[in-house]
Amino acid sequence: MDVIVDNVCHDYGETEVLRDISLTIRAGEIVSVIGPSGCGKSTLLRFIGGLERPLSGRVMLAGEPPAGSLNPLTYIFQDFALLPWRTVEGNVSLVLEDHGINGGAAKAIIDDVLARTKLSDFHRAWPRQLSGGMKQRVAIARALAVRPAILLMDEPLSALDAQTRELLLDDLVELWSREHYSACYVTHNLAEAVRLGHRIVVLSRRPGRICEVFEIDMPLAERAERGVELEPLQRQVWAIMREDARQAERELTDAA
Amino acid sequence: MPPDAAPKLIAPVAAGPLCATRPVPFRGKGFRPRTIAIVGPLVFITLIALWQLGSGYGVISPIALPAPSQALAALIDLVRTGTLWKHLGASLERLAVGWTFGTALGIAVGLAIGLFSLVRAGLLPLVSAIFPIPKIALLPLFVVWFGTGEGSKIATILFGAFFPAVIATYGGVDNVDRGLIRMGQSFGLTWLSIVRKIIIPGALPAILSGFRISVSISIVLLVAAEMIGAQYGVGAYILEAGSLFATDQLIAGVAILSALGLAISWLIGRAERRFLSWRT
Repeated sequence: MDVIVDNVCHDYGETEVLRDISLTIRAGEIVSVIGPSGCGKSTLLRFIGGLERPLSGRVMLAGEPPAGSLNPLTYIFQDFALLPWRTVEGNVSLVLEDHGINGGAAKAIIDDVLARTKLSDFHRAWPRQLSGGMKQRVAIARALAVRPAILLMDEPLSALDAQTRELLLDDLVELWSREHYSACYVTHNLAEAVRLGHRIVVLSRRPGRICEVFEIDMPLAERAERGVELEPLQRQVWAIMREDARQAERELTDAA
Repeated sequence: MPPDAAPKLIAPVAAGPLCATRPVPFRGKGFRPRTIAIVGPLVFITLIALWQLGSGYGVISPIALPAPSQALAALIDLVRTGTLWKHLGASLERLAVGWTFGTALGIAVGLAIGLFSLVRAGLLPLVSAIFPIPKIALLPLFVVWFGTGEGSKIATILFGAFFPAVIATYGGVDNVDRGLIRMGQSFGLTWLSIVRKIIIPGALPAILSGFRISVSISIVLLVAAEMIGAQYGVGAYILEAGSLFATDQLIAGVAILSALGLAISWLIGRAERRFLSWRT
Protein backbone atom coordinates (compact mmCIF):
# COMPACT_ATOMS: atom_id res chain seq x y z
CA MET A 1 0.00 0.00 0.00
CA ASP A 2 1.32 3.45 -0.93
CA VAL A 3 0.58 6.78 0.71
CA ILE A 4 0.35 9.79 -1.56
CA VAL A 5 0.50 13.24 -0.04
CA ASP A 6 -0.86 15.61 -2.62
CA ASN A 7 -0.30 19.37 -2.38
CA VAL A 8 -0.97 19.66 1.31
CA CYS A 9 -1.15 23.18 2.78
CA HIS A 10 -2.15 24.05 6.29
CA ASP A 11 -2.26 26.88 8.76
CA TYR A 12 -3.37 27.39 12.33
CA GLY A 13 -5.05 30.77 12.06
CA GLU A 14 -2.28 33.31 11.46
CA THR A 15 0.55 30.78 11.43
CA GLU A 16 1.10 28.99 8.18
CA VAL A 17 2.64 25.61 8.99
CA LEU A 18 2.85 23.64 5.75
CA ARG A 19 3.00 24.76 2.12
CA ASP A 20 2.61 22.59 -0.97
CA ILE A 21 3.80 19.29 0.41
CA SER A 22 3.69 16.41 -2.06
CA LEU A 23 5.40 13.11 -1.46
CA THR A 24 4.80 9.39 -1.85
CA ILE A 25 5.66 6.61 0.55
CA ARG A 26 5.93 3.37 -1.40
CA ALA A 27 5.44 -0.09 0.03
CA GLY A 28 8.49 -1.37 1.88
CA GLU A 29 10.20 2.00 1.92
CA ILE A 30 11.23 4.18 4.84
CA VAL A 31 10.94 7.89 4.19
CA SER A 32 12.70 10.13 6.68
CA VAL A 33 11.22 13.58 7.04
CA ILE A 34 13.67 15.99 8.61
CA GLY A 35 13.45 19.66 9.39
CA PRO A 36 14.09 22.20 12.12
CA SER A 37 11.79 22.26 15.12
CA GLY A 38 8.39 23.81 14.49
CA CYS A 39 8.51 23.18 10.74
CA GLY A 40 5.27 21.19 10.77
CA LYS A 41 6.70 17.69 10.40
CA SER A 42 4.56 16.26 13.19
CA THR A 43 1.51 17.97 11.72
CA LEU A 44 2.29 16.33 8.39
CA LEU A 45 2.47 12.95 10.10
CA ARG A 46 -0.90 13.56 11.74
CA PHE A 47 -2.37 14.26 8.29
CA ILE A 48 -0.90 11.04 6.90
CA GLY A 49 -2.42 8.98 9.72
CA GLY A 50 -5.78 10.74 9.57
CA LEU A 51 -5.59 12.26 13.05
CA GLU A 52 -5.99 15.72 11.61
CA ARG A 53 -7.20 17.12 8.27
CA PRO A 54 -5.26 19.57 6.13
CA LEU A 55 -7.01 22.78 5.05
CA SER A 56 -6.15 22.10 1.45
CA GLY A 57 -4.66 19.22 -0.46
CA ARG A 58 -5.27 15.55 0.10
CA VAL A 59 -3.66 12.46 1.57
CA MET A 60 -4.55 9.38 -0.49
CA LEU A 61 -3.97 5.65 -0.13
CA ALA A 62 -3.19 3.53 -3.19
CA GLY A 63 -3.67 -0.19 -3.17
CA GLU A 64 -4.97 -2.50 -0.47
CA PRO A 65 -3.20 -3.06 2.84
CA PRO A 66 -1.70 -6.55 3.22
CA ALA A 67 -4.21 -9.20 4.26
CA GLY A 68 -4.59 -9.43 8.02
CA SER A 69 -3.53 -5.86 8.69
CA LEU A 70 -5.71 -4.70 11.57
CA ASN A 71 -4.64 -1.07 11.58
CA PRO A 72 -2.86 -0.14 8.34
CA LEU A 73 -1.68 3.30 9.51
CA THR A 74 -0.06 2.87 12.91
CA TYR A 75 1.77 5.45 14.99
CA ILE A 76 4.76 5.24 17.25
CA PHE A 77 4.78 8.34 19.44
CA GLN A 78 7.64 10.31 20.90
CA ASP A 79 6.18 10.06 24.41
CA PHE A 80 5.40 6.33 23.99
CA ALA A 81 1.70 6.85 24.90
CA LEU A 82 1.46 3.75 27.08
CA LEU A 83 -1.46 3.44 29.48
CA PRO A 84 0.14 3.59 32.94
CA TRP A 85 -2.68 1.50 34.42
CA ARG A 86 -2.01 -1.43 32.13
CA THR A 87 0.92 -3.83 32.22
CA VAL A 88 3.13 -4.40 29.20
CA GLU A 89 0.88 -7.17 27.89
CA GLY A 90 -2.22 -5.15 28.79
CA ASN A 91 -0.97 -2.28 26.67
CA VAL A 92 -0.53 -4.58 23.69
CA SER A 93 -3.83 -6.31 24.27
CA LEU A 94 -5.59 -2.91 24.32
CA VAL A 95 -5.21 -2.55 20.56
CA LEU A 96 -6.38 -6.12 19.89
CA GLU A 97 -9.50 -6.10 22.07
CA ASP A 98 -11.49 -3.89 19.72
CA HIS A 99 -10.81 -6.29 16.87
CA GLY A 100 -12.39 -9.09 18.86
CA ILE A 101 -9.05 -10.77 19.50
CA ASN A 102 -9.08 -12.10 23.06
CA GLY A 103 -7.86 -15.06 25.07
CA GLY A 104 -5.59 -17.52 23.32
CA ALA A 105 -5.42 -15.72 19.99
CA ALA A 106 -4.44 -12.48 21.73
CA LYS A 107 -1.89 -14.25 23.87
CA ALA A 108 -0.23 -15.77 20.81
CA ILE A 109 0.10 -12.34 19.16
CA ILE A 110 1.31 -10.69 22.37
CA ASP A 111 3.95 -13.38 22.97
CA ASP A 112 5.11 -13.06 19.38
CA VAL A 113 5.47 -9.27 19.31
CA LEU A 114 7.08 -9.13 22.74
CA ALA A 115 9.60 -11.75 21.61
CA ARG A 116 10.34 -9.71 18.49
CA THR A 117 11.03 -6.62 20.59
CA LYS A 118 13.06 -8.56 23.19
CA LEU A 119 10.51 -7.98 25.92
CA SER A 120 9.49 -11.56 26.66
CA ASP A 121 10.57 -11.33 30.30
CA PHE A 122 8.52 -8.24 30.98
CA HIS A 123 4.93 -9.33 30.26
CA ARG A 124 3.61 -8.23 33.63
CA ALA A 125 5.78 -5.18 34.24
CA TRP A 126 4.14 -1.79 34.73
CA PRO A 127 5.18 1.09 32.46
CA ARG A 128 6.53 3.05 35.46
CA GLN A 129 9.03 0.24 36.06
CA LEU A 130 10.49 0.43 32.56
CA SER A 131 13.28 2.61 31.22
CA GLY A 132 12.54 4.96 28.33
CA GLY A 133 14.01 2.57 25.80
CA MET A 134 11.95 -0.33 27.10
CA LYS A 135 8.80 1.80 27.03
CA GLN A 136 9.42 2.64 23.40
CA ARG A 137 9.98 -1.04 22.66
CA VAL A 138 6.60 -1.78 24.21
CA ALA A 139 5.11 0.87 21.93
CA ILE A 140 6.83 -0.77 18.95
CA ALA A 141 5.50 -4.18 20.04
CA ARG A 142 2.02 -2.68 20.30
CA ALA A 143 2.37 -1.26 16.79
CA LEU A 144 3.56 -4.59 15.40
CA ALA A 145 0.61 -6.39 17.01
CA VAL A 146 -1.87 -4.75 14.64
CA ARG A 147 0.26 -5.70 11.60
CA PRO A 148 0.56 -2.19 10.17
CA ALA A 149 1.03 -1.50 6.48
CA ILE A 150 2.81 1.76 7.27
CA LEU A 151 4.45 2.81 10.51
CA LEU A 152 4.20 6.50 11.28
CA MET A 153 7.00 7.35 13.65
CA ASP A 154 6.94 10.76 15.30
CA GLU A 155 10.44 11.38 16.66
CA PRO A 156 10.34 7.97 18.33
CA LEU A 157 13.84 8.22 19.75
CA SER A 158 13.92 11.87 20.77
CA ALA A 159 12.97 11.23 24.40
CA LEU A 160 15.78 8.70 24.85
CA ASP A 161 19.43 9.05 25.78
CA ALA A 162 22.12 8.64 23.13
CA GLN A 163 23.10 5.05 23.94
CA THR A 164 19.52 3.80 24.07
CA ARG A 165 18.82 5.62 20.83
CA GLU A 166 21.67 3.78 19.14
CA LEU A 167 20.39 0.40 20.38
CA LEU A 168 16.84 1.09 19.24
CA LEU A 169 18.03 2.28 15.85
CA ASP A 170 19.72 -1.09 15.43
CA ASP A 171 16.49 -2.79 16.49
CA LEU A 172 14.46 -0.81 13.95
CA VAL A 173 16.91 -1.69 11.18
CA GLU A 174 16.90 -5.35 12.16
CA LEU A 175 13.12 -5.36 12.29
CA TRP A 176 12.93 -3.77 8.86
CA SER A 177 15.34 -6.33 7.43
CA ARG A 178 12.93 -9.06 8.50
CA GLU A 179 9.55 -7.48 7.84
CA HIS A 180 10.16 -4.78 5.22
CA TYR A 181 7.56 -2.49 6.71
CA SER A 182 7.01 0.91 5.14
CA ALA A 183 7.43 3.89 7.35
CA CYS A 184 7.40 7.62 7.57
CA TYR A 185 10.07 8.56 10.06
CA VAL A 186 9.84 12.12 11.32
CA THR A 187 12.88 13.42 13.12
CA HIS A 188 15.05 16.46 13.66
CA ASN A 189 18.09 14.23 14.06
CA LEU A 190 20.16 14.06 10.91
CA ALA A 191 22.06 10.89 11.88
CA GLU A 192 18.81 8.99 12.48
CA ALA A 193 17.32 10.21 9.22
CA VAL A 194 20.36 9.02 7.30
CA ARG A 195 20.58 5.68 9.13
CA LEU A 196 16.95 4.72 8.55
CA GLY A 197 15.73 6.48 5.43
CA HIS A 198 15.66 5.08 1.94
CA ARG A 199 14.70 8.59 1.07
CA ILE A 200 15.23 11.78 3.04
CA VAL A 201 12.81 14.63 2.67
CA VAL A 202 14.22 17.90 3.97
CA LEU A 203 11.65 20.45 5.10
CA SER A 204 12.33 24.14 5.50
CA ARG A 205 11.46 26.07 8.62
CA ARG A 206 7.92 27.30 9.07
CA PRO A 207 5.98 27.31 6.81
CA GLY A 208 7.37 23.87 5.99
CA ARG A 209 8.14 23.33 2.33
CA ILE A 210 10.08 20.51 0.74
CA CYS A 211 13.61 21.83 0.15
CA GLU A 212 15.23 18.75 -1.20
CA VAL A 213 14.74 14.97 -1.47
CA PHE A 214 17.71 12.62 -1.25
CA GLU A 215 17.73 8.96 -2.22
CA ILE A 216 20.19 6.70 -0.42
CA ASP A 217 20.68 3.33 -2.08
CA MET A 218 22.99 1.82 0.53
CA PRO A 219 21.22 -1.11 2.28
CA LEU A 220 20.00 -0.19 5.78
CA ALA A 221 21.84 -3.06 7.43
CA GLU A 222 25.22 -1.84 6.18
CA ARG A 223 24.85 1.78 7.18
CA ALA A 224 26.12 1.43 10.73
CA GLU A 225 29.45 0.07 9.43
CA ARG A 226 29.77 2.23 6.35
CA GLY A 227 28.87 5.44 8.15
CA VAL A 228 31.90 7.24 6.73
CA GLU A 229 30.54 6.93 3.21
CA LEU A 230 27.34 8.64 4.30
CA GLU A 231 29.11 11.58 5.83
CA PRO A 232 29.34 13.71 2.68
CA LEU A 233 25.57 13.34 2.27
CA GLN A 234 25.00 14.18 5.91
CA ARG A 235 27.11 17.32 5.44
CA GLN A 236 25.20 18.23 2.32
CA VAL A 237 21.85 17.93 4.10
CA TRP A 238 23.16 19.91 7.03
CA ALA A 239 24.34 22.66 4.72
CA ILE A 240 20.77 22.99 3.48
CA MET A 241 19.25 22.89 6.94
CA ARG A 242 21.78 24.96 8.80
CA GLU A 243 20.51 28.47 8.14
CA ASP A 244 16.88 27.41 8.63
CA ALA A 245 17.69 25.69 11.87
CA ARG A 246 19.49 28.79 13.11
CA GLN A 247 16.53 31.00 12.21
CA ALA A 248 14.00 28.55 13.64
CA GLU A 249 15.87 28.46 16.89
CA ARG A 250 15.41 32.21 17.27
CA GLU A 251 11.67 32.14 16.64
CA LEU A 252 9.06 32.46 19.33
CA THR A 253 6.69 29.53 19.29
CA ASP A 254 3.14 29.47 20.48
CA ALA A 255 2.00 26.39 18.61
CA ALA A 256 3.91 23.43 20.02
CA MET B 1 67.83 31.71 51.46
CA PRO B 2 67.94 28.11 50.08
CA PRO B 3 67.74 27.70 46.32
CA ASP B 4 64.31 26.07 46.40
CA ALA B 5 62.66 29.01 48.12
CA ALA B 6 60.77 30.23 45.08
CA PRO B 7 58.81 26.98 44.40
CA LYS B 8 57.86 26.81 48.07
CA LEU B 9 56.18 30.16 47.79
CA ILE B 10 53.79 28.77 45.20
CA ALA B 11 53.36 25.27 46.62
CA PRO B 12 51.03 26.02 49.58
CA VAL B 13 48.54 27.71 47.29
CA ALA B 14 48.50 24.90 44.74
CA ALA B 15 48.60 21.92 47.12
CA GLY B 16 45.96 23.16 49.49
CA PRO B 17 46.44 20.75 52.41
CA LEU B 18 48.99 23.07 53.96
CA CYS B 19 46.14 25.53 54.64
CA ALA B 20 43.53 24.78 57.26
CA THR B 21 40.79 22.60 55.67
CA ARG B 22 37.13 22.51 56.53
CA PRO B 23 34.21 20.39 55.24
CA VAL B 24 31.80 21.78 52.67
CA PRO B 25 28.85 23.08 54.67
CA PHE B 26 25.77 20.84 54.27
CA ARG B 27 22.83 22.90 53.08
CA GLY B 28 20.37 20.28 51.89
CA LYS B 29 18.57 19.80 55.20
CA GLY B 30 14.80 19.68 55.68
CA PHE B 31 11.74 19.99 53.38
CA ARG B 32 11.41 16.22 53.24
CA PRO B 33 8.23 15.02 54.97
CA ARG B 34 8.79 11.63 56.56
CA THR B 35 6.15 9.29 57.96
CA ILE B 36 6.58 8.79 61.69
CA ALA B 37 3.92 6.28 62.67
CA ILE B 38 4.07 6.56 66.46
CA VAL B 39 3.61 10.30 66.91
CA GLY B 40 -0.01 10.57 65.78
CA PRO B 41 -1.48 8.10 68.32
CA LEU B 42 0.86 9.51 70.98
CA VAL B 43 -0.52 13.05 70.57
CA PHE B 44 -4.04 11.64 70.73
CA ILE B 45 -3.40 9.62 73.89
CA THR B 46 -1.59 12.50 75.59
CA LEU B 47 -4.45 14.92 74.90
CA ILE B 48 -7.05 12.52 76.29
CA ALA B 49 -4.86 11.74 79.33
CA LEU B 50 -4.45 15.48 80.03
CA TRP B 51 -8.17 15.96 79.62
CA GLN B 52 -8.91 13.09 82.02
CA LEU B 53 -6.42 14.43 84.58
CA GLY B 54 -7.86 17.94 84.25
CA SER B 55 -11.36 16.62 84.89
CA GLY B 56 -10.17 14.46 87.77
CA TYR B 57 -8.48 17.36 89.57
CA GLY B 58 -11.38 19.70 88.89
CA VAL B 59 -9.47 22.02 86.54
CA ILE B 60 -12.09 21.31 83.87
CA SER B 61 -15.63 21.78 85.17
CA PRO B 62 -17.83 18.74 84.52
CA ILE B 63 -20.56 21.12 83.32
CA ALA B 64 -18.35 22.52 80.58
CA LEU B 65 -16.82 19.25 79.50
CA PRO B 66 -17.34 15.75 80.88
CA ALA B 67 -14.34 13.54 81.58
CA PRO B 68 -13.37 11.11 78.84
CA SER B 69 -14.20 8.29 81.22
CA GLN B 70 -17.78 9.59 81.49
CA ALA B 71 -18.10 9.80 77.72
CA LEU B 72 -16.74 6.26 77.52
CA ALA B 73 -19.30 5.14 80.10
CA ALA B 74 -22.05 6.69 77.99
CA LEU B 75 -20.68 4.89 74.96
CA ILE B 76 -20.59 1.56 76.81
CA ASP B 77 -24.13 2.21 77.96
CA LEU B 78 -25.14 2.72 74.34
CA VAL B 79 -23.58 -0.58 73.36
CA ARG B 80 -25.07 -2.42 76.34
CA THR B 81 -28.62 -1.28 75.73
CA GLY B 82 -28.27 -1.95 72.04
CA THR B 83 -29.39 1.56 71.07
CA LEU B 84 -25.99 2.18 69.44
CA TRP B 85 -26.88 -0.15 66.60
CA LYS B 86 -30.27 1.43 66.11
CA HIS B 87 -28.71 4.89 65.85
CA LEU B 88 -25.69 3.83 63.84
CA GLY B 89 -27.75 1.54 61.60
CA ALA B 90 -30.20 4.32 60.74
CA SER B 91 -27.36 6.76 60.07
CA LEU B 92 -25.34 4.34 57.97
CA GLU B 93 -28.36 3.47 55.89
CA ARG B 94 -29.08 7.13 55.09
CA LEU B 95 -25.44 7.79 54.42
CA ALA B 96 -25.02 4.74 52.18
CA VAL B 97 -28.14 5.36 50.11
CA GLY B 98 -27.69 9.12 49.81
CA TRP B 99 -23.98 9.05 49.13
CA THR B 100 -24.08 6.14 46.68
CA PHE B 101 -26.85 7.58 44.54
CA GLY B 102 -25.45 11.11 44.77
CA THR B 103 -21.99 9.93 43.75
CA ALA B 104 -23.25 7.68 40.96
CA LEU B 105 -25.35 10.48 39.50
CA GLY B 106 -22.48 12.91 39.99
CA ILE B 107 -20.01 10.69 38.14
CA ALA B 108 -22.49 10.23 35.30
CA VAL B 109 -23.13 13.97 34.97
CA GLY B 110 -19.40 14.73 35.38
CA LEU B 111 -18.55 12.33 32.58
CA ALA B 112 -21.20 13.88 30.37
CA ILE B 113 -19.81 17.36 31.06
CA GLY B 114 -16.30 16.11 30.36
CA LEU B 115 -17.22 14.35 27.13
CA PHE B 116 -19.88 16.47 25.43
CA SER B 117 -19.38 20.16 24.71
CA LEU B 118 -23.12 20.81 24.62
CA VAL B 119 -23.67 19.31 28.07
CA ARG B 120 -20.67 21.24 29.36
CA ALA B 121 -22.00 24.51 27.99
CA GLY B 122 -25.43 23.82 29.45
CA LEU B 123 -24.70 22.33 32.84
CA LEU B 124 -21.35 23.68 33.97
CA PRO B 125 -22.65 27.18 34.83
CA LEU B 126 -25.53 25.57 36.71
CA VAL B 127 -23.20 23.30 38.67
CA SER B 128 -20.89 26.20 39.45
CA ALA B 129 -23.86 28.22 40.70
CA ILE B 130 -25.29 25.52 42.95
CA PHE B 131 -22.08 23.91 44.26
CA PRO B 132 -21.12 26.70 46.68
CA ILE B 133 -24.56 26.79 48.35
CA PRO B 134 -24.31 25.12 51.77
CA LYS B 135 -26.83 22.34 51.27
CA ILE B 136 -27.97 22.70 54.88
CA ALA B 137 -29.64 25.93 53.77
CA LEU B 138 -31.83 23.87 51.44
CA LEU B 139 -32.81 21.37 54.11
CA PRO B 140 -36.09 23.12 55.04
CA LEU B 141 -36.99 23.10 51.36
CA PHE B 142 -36.34 19.36 51.15
CA VAL B 143 -38.53 18.87 54.22
CA VAL B 144 -41.33 20.71 52.43
CA TRP B 145 -40.82 18.60 49.28
CA PHE B 146 -40.14 15.17 50.71
CA GLY B 147 -41.66 15.33 54.19
CA THR B 148 -39.94 14.86 57.52
CA GLY B 149 -39.28 11.15 56.90
CA GLU B 150 -36.34 9.45 55.24
CA GLY B 151 -36.91 11.20 51.91
CA SER B 152 -35.70 14.65 52.92
CA LYS B 153 -32.67 13.26 54.79
CA ILE B 154 -31.52 11.10 51.91
CA ALA B 155 -32.19 13.89 49.41
CA THR B 156 -29.98 16.27 51.39
CA ILE B 157 -27.08 13.82 51.50
CA LEU B 158 -27.59 12.87 47.87
CA PHE B 159 -27.52 16.51 46.85
CA GLY B 160 -24.44 17.15 48.96
CA ALA B 161 -22.50 14.21 47.49
CA PHE B 162 -23.61 14.94 43.94
CA PHE B 163 -21.73 18.20 43.31
CA PRO B 164 -18.26 17.24 44.53
CA ALA B 165 -18.57 14.08 42.42
CA VAL B 166 -19.50 16.11 39.32
CA ILE B 167 -16.63 18.51 39.77
CA ALA B 168 -14.04 15.84 40.57
CA THR B 169 -15.13 13.72 37.60
CA TYR B 170 -15.16 16.38 34.92
CA GLY B 171 -11.90 17.79 36.24
CA GLY B 172 -10.42 14.30 36.05
CA VAL B 173 -11.69 13.80 32.50
CA ASP B 174 -10.23 17.16 31.47
CA ASN B 175 -6.85 16.15 32.84
CA VAL B 176 -6.59 12.84 31.01
CA ASP B 177 -3.48 12.95 28.82
CA ARG B 178 -4.63 14.00 25.34
CA GLY B 179 -1.77 11.97 23.89
CA LEU B 180 -3.31 8.77 25.24
CA ILE B 181 -6.68 9.60 23.69
CA ARG B 182 -4.96 10.35 20.40
CA MET B 183 -3.15 7.03 20.67
CA GLY B 184 -6.49 5.27 21.15
CA GLN B 185 -7.91 7.02 18.10
CA SER B 186 -4.84 6.18 16.03
CA PHE B 187 -5.30 2.48 16.78
CA GLY B 188 -8.91 2.67 15.68
CA LEU B 189 -10.43 2.13 19.14
CA THR B 190 -14.17 2.76 19.30
CA TRP B 191 -15.50 5.79 21.15
CA LEU B 192 -16.82 3.57 23.91
CA SER B 193 -13.50 1.78 24.26
CA ILE B 194 -11.65 5.08 24.56
CA VAL B 195 -14.06 6.22 27.27
CA ARG B 196 -13.96 2.90 29.13
CA LYS B 197 -10.29 2.04 28.82
CA ILE B 198 -8.57 5.41 28.64
CA ILE B 199 -10.73 8.23 29.96
CA ILE B 200 -12.36 6.59 32.99
CA PRO B 201 -9.17 4.96 34.33
CA GLY B 202 -7.34 8.23 33.68
CA ALA B 203 -9.94 10.19 35.64
CA LEU B 204 -10.14 7.65 38.47
CA PRO B 205 -7.50 9.23 40.74
CA ALA B 206 -9.40 12.52 40.66
CA ILE B 207 -12.74 10.76 41.18
CA LEU B 208 -11.43 8.88 44.21
CA SER B 209 -10.01 12.00 45.80
CA GLY B 210 -13.42 13.58 45.18
CA PHE B 211 -14.86 10.73 47.30
CA ARG B 212 -12.97 11.96 50.34
CA ILE B 213 -14.56 15.39 50.03
CA SER B 214 -18.04 14.11 49.28
CA VAL B 215 -17.98 11.67 52.21
CA SER B 216 -17.12 14.33 54.73
CA ILE B 217 -19.77 16.66 53.29
CA SER B 218 -22.24 13.77 53.52
CA ILE B 219 -21.49 13.18 57.20
CA VAL B 220 -22.01 16.85 57.99
CA LEU B 221 -25.33 16.82 56.15
CA LEU B 222 -26.35 13.54 57.75
CA VAL B 223 -26.08 15.00 61.23
CA ALA B 224 -27.83 18.19 60.18
CA ALA B 225 -30.67 16.26 58.56
CA GLU B 226 -31.06 13.94 61.53
CA MET B 227 -31.47 16.90 63.82
CA ILE B 228 -34.79 17.57 62.10
CA GLY B 229 -37.35 15.05 63.24
CA ALA B 230 -35.49 11.77 63.31
CA GLN B 231 -36.19 9.16 65.96
CA TYR B 232 -32.94 7.30 65.47
CA GLY B 233 -29.59 8.28 64.07
CA VAL B 234 -26.34 9.60 65.52
CA GLY B 235 -27.46 13.15 64.80
CA ALA B 236 -30.75 12.61 66.63
CA TYR B 237 -28.87 11.10 69.55
CA ILE B 238 -26.53 14.09 69.76
CA LEU B 239 -29.44 16.54 69.52
CA GLU B 240 -31.29 14.73 72.29
CA ALA B 241 -28.19 14.62 74.48
CA GLY B 242 -27.64 18.31 73.88
CA SER B 243 -31.18 19.29 74.79
CA LEU B 244 -30.88 17.33 78.05
CA PHE B 245 -27.41 18.81 78.73
CA ALA B 246 -26.10 15.24 78.83
CA THR B 247 -22.66 16.29 77.64
CA ASP B 248 -21.17 12.84 78.22
CA GLN B 249 -23.60 11.39 75.68
CA LEU B 250 -22.95 14.31 73.37
CA ILE B 251 -19.21 13.61 73.41
CA ALA B 252 -19.91 9.88 72.88
CA GLY B 253 -22.01 10.75 69.83
CA VAL B 254 -19.30 13.01 68.43
CA ALA B 255 -16.73 10.25 68.95
CA ILE B 256 -18.93 7.88 66.95
CA LEU B 257 -19.03 10.40 64.10
CA SER B 258 -15.27 10.78 64.19
CA ALA B 259 -14.81 7.01 64.12
CA LEU B 260 -17.26 6.80 61.23
CA GLY B 261 -15.29 9.38 59.25
CA LEU B 262 -12.01 7.61 59.99
CA ALA B 263 -13.44 4.23 58.96
CA ILE B 264 -14.76 5.56 55.66
CA SER B 265 -11.51 7.38 54.92
CA TRP B 266 -9.66 4.10 55.59
CA LEU B 267 -11.99 2.32 53.16
CA ILE B 268 -11.30 4.93 50.48
CA GLY B 269 -7.59 4.51 51.12
CA ARG B 270 -8.00 0.78 50.53
CA ALA B 271 -9.93 1.44 47.33
CA GLU B 272 -7.20 3.79 46.14
CA ARG B 273 -4.54 1.18 46.78
CA ARG B 274 -6.63 -1.43 45.02
CA PHE B 275 -7.53 0.61 41.93
CA LEU B 276 -4.51 2.87 41.66
CA SER B 277 -1.83 0.28 42.36
CA TRP B 278 -0.29 1.20 39.00
CA ARG B 279 0.70 4.62 40.26
CA THR B 280 3.44 3.92 42.79
